[in-house]
Amino acid sequence: MAVYNLQVNTKKHRVDVDSDTPLLWVIRDEIGYKGTKFGCGMGLCGACTVLLNGQPIRSCSTPVSTLKATDKIVTIEGLSADVTHPVQQAWIEAQVPQCGYCQSGQVLAASALLASNPNPSDADIDMALAGNICRCGTYQKMREAIHSAAKHLSTKKA
Amino acid sequence: MKTKNETSRRDFIKLSAQATAFLAIGFSGKASNELVKLVNKTALGVEINPYILINELGKVTLFNARPDMGQGTFQALPLLIAEELEVRLDQVDIQMSDGSGKFGSQLSGGSSSVKTRWIPMRTAGAAVKEMLIQTAAKRWNAAVTECYAKEGAVYKKGSSMKLGYGELVEEAAKLPVPTQPRLKSHAEFTQIGKSIPRPDVPSKVDGTAVFGMDVQVPGMLYASLVHSPTIYGKVKSFSAEKSMAVKGVRFVIKTERNFYHGPFPTDAFKAKAKSDAVAVVAESYWAAVKGKKLVEVNWSSEGAESTSTDEFFLRANEAAKKEGAEYKDAKVGEVGKAFAISDKVIQAQYQTPFLSHAAMEPVNATVFVQDDQVEVWAPVQGPDALVEELANYLGIKKERVKINVTFLGGAFGRKAYYDFVLEAAHISKQVNAPVKLIWTREEDMQQGPYRPGMISAMKGGLDEHGNVLGFEHKLVGGSIMTSVFKFDMTGKSDPWAGEGINLEDSPYAFPARRNSFEYVAPNLPMLWWRSVYASTNLFGHESFVDELAHAAKKDPLDVRLSLLEKSPRFVAVLEKLAQISNYRTKRAKGLGIGIAIARSFSSIAAHAFEVEKNGKGVRIKEVFSVIDCGTPVNPANIIAQVQSNIVFGLTATIKNEIRVVKGQVQNSNFHDYAVLRQGEIPKMTVHVMESTEVPGGVGEPGLPPVAPALCNAIYNLTGKRIRTLPFDIEQIG
Repeated sequence: MAVYNLQVNTKKHRVDVDSDTPLLWVIRDEIGYKGTKFGCGMGLCGACTVLLNGQPIRSCSTPVSTLKATDKIVTIEGLSADVTHPVQQAWIEAQVPQCGYCQSGQVLAASALLASNPNPSDADIDMALAGNICRCGTYQKMREAIHSAAKHLSTKKA
Repeated sequence: MKTKNETSRRDFIKLSAQATAFLAIGFSGKASNELVKLVNKTALGVEINPYILINELGKVTLFNARPDMGQGTFQALPLLIAEELEVRLDQVDIQMSDGSGKFGSQLSGGSSSVKTRWIPMRTAGAAVKEMLIQTAAKRWNAAVTECYAKEGAVYKKGSSMKLGYGELVEEAAKLPVPTQPRLKSHAEFTQIGKSIPRPDVPSKVDGTAVFGMDVQVPGMLYASLVHSPTIYGKVKSFSAEKSMAVKGVRFVIKTERNFYHGPFPTDAFKAKAKSDAVAVVAESYWAAVKGKKLVEVNWSSEGAESTSTDEFFLRANEAAKKEGAEYKDAKVGEVGKAFAISDKVIQAQYQTPFLSHAAMEPVNATVFVQDDQVEVWAPVQGPDALVEELANYLGIKKERVKINVTFLGGAFGRKAYYDFVLEAAHISKQVNAPVKLIWTREEDMQQGPYRPGMISAMKGGLDEHGNVLGFEHKLVGGSIMTSVFKFDMTGKSDPWAGEGINLEDSPYAFPARRNSFEYVAPNLPMLWWRSVYASTNLFGHESFVDELAHAAKKDPLDVRLSLLEKSPRFVAVLEKLAQISNYRTKRAKGLGIGIAIARSFSSIAAHAFEVEKNGKGVRIKEVFSVIDCGTPVNPANIIAQVQSNIVFGLTATIKNEIRVVKGQVQNSNFHDYAVLRQGEIPKMTVHVMESTEVPGGVGEPGLPPVAPALCNAIYNLTGKRIRTLPFDIEQIG
């Protein structure tokens, strides 16, 4: 066991866990943010996606020891205070989720895409969300929602 | 269900403090639709029936007794009540039923929720509304006909008089419950038929929706299991030493997995349908997983080495030569005679694989067994059946079993089989603490149960004009009934296995017809999987209708329209499909189109796949779909479910199958059991038929026609007939 300092959703947390503990279980069971999900444990499905310094990563295969105290980790709970992130709004508008289990990861992956590419093509979306499986098959609605969020963001800027 | 424990506790206290009187209406018992008044005062309100609680402030709580696994029951069932109760869905709180008998059947399965609760739920809402209106009328000294209800209040026509439901509820609860309240006509619906946003959606985009995986109870320990590598094995011995050395590991104990389902298995079957497992119980899940990897188990495989899926299909192909046990109720004329006088007889065999459900949320359960009672927090499809199963398993009274149903992170049938809950109970009992059991993805994939691998042996006869004279569909393979209920299907026609191809589901007017079933033991656990046997049967059925059309040199759509001319709903679906897919328009060179239609779970769905050449393979350009599911309750959700079924069905058609070698499942995770991802999805256009018929299913009927429609399209484009699933769409040859 060792002590790690982590910055999750702008708050600082001190956790005492084994060095090989995946960030996923630290976030869920030590810090208590349950929105990040366990799906495969091998970085194959994307249910555990969180943002690390703005980039989507698979928290199930990221040992806590690889993280620095200065790293900025954002989970679904930290994306917005009140479900107002444009991606969340677009997701609600398009009624994307079915079972909802993969959606935290999908929303975070989509938000990272739009942060770096405000007007993504279908191919850009395919690439950015390739690591996130949805067994309910909400893919077409996610695509629509991302385009709609992009549109909303560009109108807001203009 | 947007469970924030602290918030709900605060609400509870607040309400308890001011709880004076409240009203709920329910059903008198399992499988009964007779309304009875309960009038229990609860902290949340007066329970006129178990589905409706109204408190004195007018707050309405509706109970949903059909677990939500993504198919939309969290909204659809309460909506049926709200429509007749005259409350807007956004005015109510929704809670899940707890498995207790007063809610009646609580199974989400067989796409049955809206279909079977269409009248009972509306009746419950309408009865309470009438009681509230009667109370208001009495207070105003007015006739009931002078009063009407709207959005949680009763109004007197032509006046400004208004009484909120909260002001009426206590008195209304004293009235007898109307047994036959008037139900609204379709024209009067204000919510049914509209694409009203689902109330669970916001909680699924901000991480607050509570799934089984997210449950946390005080004093909870985490468990991970070492299951038998050959599924049915027994532990000869095990060494816990290394595992116990992991910090946080508290127990390493032998436990068991039960393969029976249903409350009343025989003792002989219970003993047989059981394998061993070793549980590592720890203070954190990660410690349990680390401990699990260090347990050394000496397994007895109980003869499972001979089990292999290749060997199963060899046996199944051999068995396909037999006659098969006939489905008497699907028999028309004499196929033997029809084939004898046919100008042309063709035969073909189709194969569909074993598949895993692979829901995003691996199976898990949190269970606390204490003396003579048990509490469960779990993603389960049918809490009422689980109550009976646990009571039976633990030898306790049903009233002492409480199930807290969470949201289900996908299920597709898997979570209507409660082996994992019984495992958690067995462990909790031994360690005397609440235990959260989480299967790894590998276990979820390698331990089953699976969709049965099946063969459809088809035979058809045509006269000299290309008219079908006889049609035979022989099903060969495993039996879910045998696997879960221990009903021996040897030499019998499995009553479940014929779904999707019986005369009601497949009303093709063949002059002679025969369906049959030949049981072949897979020696693996089998289970219902989204759309169940319709998911396997329709591949052969609808592909072979296409083969007959081509053999007759006729258009496959025309053949279907002619054979279905006495089934107007099928014809309407096909005509609409032809229209939205431009089926009749001549396609450019290099483009092909194929269709399939299927009725399952009381709804008719049809797809048209448009495909184009893509190197050595084929690319799906677009999918057009039409569904007739009776009265559409929430059109947007129906479209979403059809899209969901296309993606799910396509994965089953062109991705991996479950393969077993020497008793061991070869697949382990999403790298060798791939599922469709964002970039692999065709464009989908779905049309929902207008209808005032009783609603049919929505969660499954879109799936069965997927594989045959795609393969019919590929034949149309390439002339190559695909008869074995899955296949590589990039290598058609």
